[in-house]
Amino acid sequence: MSIQLPVPLNKHEIEEFGQELDDIYEETIASLGSKDERYIKRLIKTQRSMALISRFVIFASLAFLPNWFTHTLASWSMFYLTAGVGVFFLAVSKILENMEISHNVLHGQWDWMRDPEINSTVWEWDHASPADQWKKTHNVVHHTWTNVLYKDHDVGYGLLRVTSEQKWAPRYILQPLYNFILAIFFEWGIGIQEMNWKKFFVGTKEQKEHFGFVFRRFRAKAVRQIMKDYVLWPLLSGPFFLYVAASNAIANILRNIWTNIIIFCGHFPEDVYVFRKQDVEGETRAHWYLRQLLGSANIKGGRLFSIMTGNLNHQIEHHLFPDMPSNRYPQVAPRVKALCDRYGLPYNTGSLIRQYGTTTLKIWRLSFPGGDTVPK
Amino acid sequence: MPDKSLRTLKQKLMSFVDLIATPLTVSHYIELVNPLWVSHNLQAQVVDVWDETKNARTLTLKPGRNWRTHRAGQHIRVGVPIEGKHFTRTYSISSEPERRDGCITITVKALDDGRMSTHLVRDVKKGTYLPIGLPQGEFVLPQAAPTLPLFITAGSGITPVMSMLRNYVRVGNIPDTVHMHYAPHSYDVIFGKELKRYAEQLPNLYHYHPIFTRELGSELSSKKHFSPEQLEKRCPDWREREVWACGPQSLLDSVEAFFKENGREQHLHTERFLAPTAKLTGDEQGGQVNFDGKTIDADGITPLLRVFEDSGLNPKHGCRMGICRSCDRTLKSGSVRDLRTGTIIEEPGSVVQICICAAAGNCELN
Repeated sequence: MSIQLPVPLNKHEIEEFGQELDDIYEETIASLGSKDERYIKRLIKTQRSMALISRFVIFASLAFLPNWFTHTLASWSMFYLTAGVGVFFLAVSKILENMEISHNVLHGQWDWMRDPEINSTVWEWDHASPADQWKKTHNVVHHTWTNVLYKDHDVGYGLLRVTSEQKWAPRYILQPLYNFILAIFFEWGIGIQEMNWKKFFVGTKEQKEHFGFVFRRFRAKAVRQIMKDYVLWPLLSGPFFLYVAASNAIANILRNIWTNIIIFCGHFPEDVYVFRKQDVEGETRAHWYLRQLLGSANIKGGRLFSIMTGNLNHQIEHHLFPDMPSNRYPQVAPRVKALCDRYGLPYNTGSLIRQYGTTTLKIWRLSFPGGDTVPK
Repeated sequence: MPDKSLRTLKQKLMSFVDLIATPLTVSHYIELVNPLWVSHNLQAQVVDVWDETKNARTLTLKPGRNWRTHRAGQHIRVGVPIEGKHFTRTYSISSEPERRDGCITITVKALDDGRMSTHLVRDVKKGTYLPIGLPQGEFVLPQAAPTLPLFITAGSGITPVMSMLRNYVRVGNIPDTVHMHYAPHSYDVIFGKELKRYAEQLPNLYHYHPIFTRELGSELSSKKHFSPEQLEKRCPDWREREVWACGPQSLLDSVEAFFKENGREQHLHTERFLAPTAKLTGDEQGGQVNFDGKTIDADGITPLLRVFEDSGLNPKHGCRMGICRSCDRTLKSGSVRDLRTGTIIEEPGSVVQICICAAAGNCELN
């Protein structure tokens, strides 16, 4: 293990640090109870109601169209206002579904309840990526190999150069543009992550077969997702098919951009560490904790912000304890921070402006060769 | 035939309609309005609670539209979240089938160490929705052939037999029936008044013999438990009867032994409430693991994933350190130990991460 630590810690101290984190984890898990159960069940109910109502509000906005109706309330401003409210809340419900509910359920955070429906083995989400494939790319690859170059596919998503440790190539010149496009279609970018296109063209027979399997699963999920938002709900509105399809598209894009911003703030802001394969050889659990801490960044924000980010504004806590129910992250965060302070370890946190700002600057700067050396 | 194709057509249509709720179904949204109308699971609303004795309570449940009528004597699974954790237990239905109000009842006795039973008896409020399963079990009366029944019950073992008796009374075709019921005291008899009333109303048909095993204020006297002499006295024609017995393990054991001795075990039907479970004998004790139908020996310190791999299996897995949950399996019975915390996981239905759990006695995973 050869992570260059910002402070010299000996083997014993590192293990002690790990032990203290273990204690926080066990204490929190032991205290889970009916309050937590109520939280997730209420949230799921709220989210589903919000999704349904906002879709009806989008329909209802049509009743204000001045060129179709003549009642006193019919006006363009009323139409845009209602439509805007509908689209906004549809986006919010999709964000809640993807982030605070599904991301966390699929991490197994709620498996302790033994609920037959709210558990990682049967849950499916409102997202282009089939749940089981996403669990593989995200839970296995990203959370085990966090920020390890050429191992963690989330380092740049195979598209961006997000650290000077990645070799520059001419195609990176346009990466601010790729990043913009990725943000808009983020859901689909994540959806195709598990597919290894290179292997499809030059792989062995088995690799090609595997590609085919993954592709068919993705296609089945994608068809359902598209049918829902771009065929069936629009059809319900009859002549306003395009209007409803466009509203759903805007809600999906708002969700994509928001999740992209929050997720990019998790590992790409300034001062986040990256690692090489040899750094993680013979890693103990305490070392793994250290790597998660150094490789993640938090965003400061209140309770509503936390819920809207799926508590990924506590990215550090999430990476230390991926299967701890997310509603507990705000509670353990001060303890983790105090622990880091005690050991002199950095705890990367900042405002959304700071974290996303440095991320964006980095993406611009790294589109050219070179770049500042990063902590590693 | 047209009926079947109509059904598949209906199913196809429904799954198409469900596309509108991807990745859920329309039923998940109906649940927001009324959990009893859903088709993706089965829940029941507690519409009434009634105390039978000081520690037994009858819950009247209104099952959702996925329900199908039970046969008298059958049981259902009932789920309850306690402290946020979902527990499942099996209870016999104590009401007769096809009640007019569409409801069923279960009668639960609070056991001293029963977390779930105590919760159901003391804490469950009217209006609560509980997940339930469909009626199951072979502890039922034959549908056609007329038989002379002998019921041997004890304590809350009365519940499935109560459903049978009520069914006889409702239909009005009770055959000549002998019923031996064991309880500590007369005031401990669940449904005591109703049983007495049947005995008074049907003196030639329903022969009710309550047997109280304790004198007031004294300890349990095993002399009064089931014995051949007792049976001979209360039901001399037991050789001509079909027997249904339900109660604690000890009662069933002695009843089973007796009828086997006399070569009448094929005429004995029993219902056990608790499946015998493997008891933990000490720390880090392994056991036999039944995994996907294969039985494998495991020690108490090696993660199950390793054990399975060493025996030539290749279960799905990922990080091998308890993070990614790729290797999650469901515990069907027995217990395992979480090697990180030392916690024993023994509740059936728990999710087990096999990469960081070892066997703790015999267990079964799928």
